[in-house]
Amino acid sequence: MSDASLNTQAQPGEAGFGDYFALLKPRVMSLVVFTALVGLLAAPIGVHPFIAFCSVLFIAVGGGASGALNMWWDADIDEVMKRTASRPIPSGKVDPQEALAIGVTLSVFAVVMLGLAANWMAAGLLAFTIFFYAVVYTMWLKRWTPQNIVIGGAAGAFPPMIGWAVATGGVSVESVLMFMLIFMWTPPHFWALALFMKADYEEAGVPMLTVTHGRKVTRRHILVYTILLAPLAIGTGLTSIGGPVYMTVSVVLNALFLLGAVKIWRRDEDAAQADKYRTEKSFFGLSLMYLFLHFGAILAEAALKPYGLGGW
Amino acid sequence: MGFENVEHELHKRRSSRNLGVGLVLAVFIAIVFGLTVVKVTRIGETPAQQQQQQQGGN
Repeated sequence: MSDASLNTQAQPGEAGFGDYFALLKPRVMSLVVFTALVGLLAAPIGVHPFIAFCSVLFIAVGGGASGALNMWWDADIDEVMKRTASRPIPSGKVDPQEALAIGVTLSVFAVVMLGLAANWMAAGLLAFTIFFYAVVYTMWLKRWTPQNIVIGGAAGAFPPMIGWAVATGGVSVESVLMFMLIFMWTPPHFWALALFMKADYEEAGVPMLTVTHGRKVTRRHILVYTILLAPLAIGTGLTSIGGPVYMTVSVVLNALFLLGAVKIWRRDEDAAQADKYRTEKSFFGLSLMYLFLHFGAILAEAALKPYGLGGW
Repeated sequence: MGFENVEHELHKRRSSRNLGVGLVLAVFIAIVFGLTVVKVTRIGETPAQQQQQQQGGN
């Protein structure tokens, strides 16, 4: 046996299991699991615990599959951007065709299994979500328009709606409001990131708003979306999934979020560069807490309901 | 020595992949089995009965 051709570099086809798992974007998957679970538990109809567990698992697998398809298509962009250069495909650990095969296979698997485990309405929504993220956002919008984040944000907003559909078999005002909450939250969240990661997007040729319209316009857009988000988030508290806990959390968070957006809007580039984008970074951190705590509050309301405490 | 290390690294990756795929398949079988049991035991129940049992379980 010759050992001349062997080397210690990662070879396509010789990836470890962890490399394939990384293709599914585990961090994004954790957000999908959390929001889908909240949607499912906040619904007025109960689901058998095992069916609920399997449904959330299949939603997560579907979300992961769309992540693999995104990595397959965006391998050229990921290679250029510092933030994504270590992903499995640009780092040479996984072959692009493998990523495509995994993405397609897991997409079909997740949709069919969700249909069989829960219902076909939820499965249809999952299929549409995968299509929207992989095709509409990744292949079409991302490289074409600075509004990529706005419209593409819909893909990340579907999981609570799918969770709700698992329980109820349909769509309602509450599930649409949960969708809208994530949908309207996405632009300020990503634009804040783009403000302090501008060089990355520029080098990759991704038409982020910061690149095409400049930072001043981006700052204004963050403020406008945050203003639009506030009544929507607080209004959700008046529906059947809201209650005093949610309302308190939402009012406080929206006040803080608005304050942060105003600070970002009032700053100029010199001030931002002087303190290394501290305000933008703290707004980005707050945005993560904003979403987590809003959905956490919806979950708390659902958990308190059996004791006569949740809701209005 | 170098050869042994290289071979070991490749085998480690392969074995992690094989083990991972094996575990995924085992979990999949368990899930299909569990879903079958849940679905079969609920045959004949009306949605109201299912809901009642669900609430009782909670």
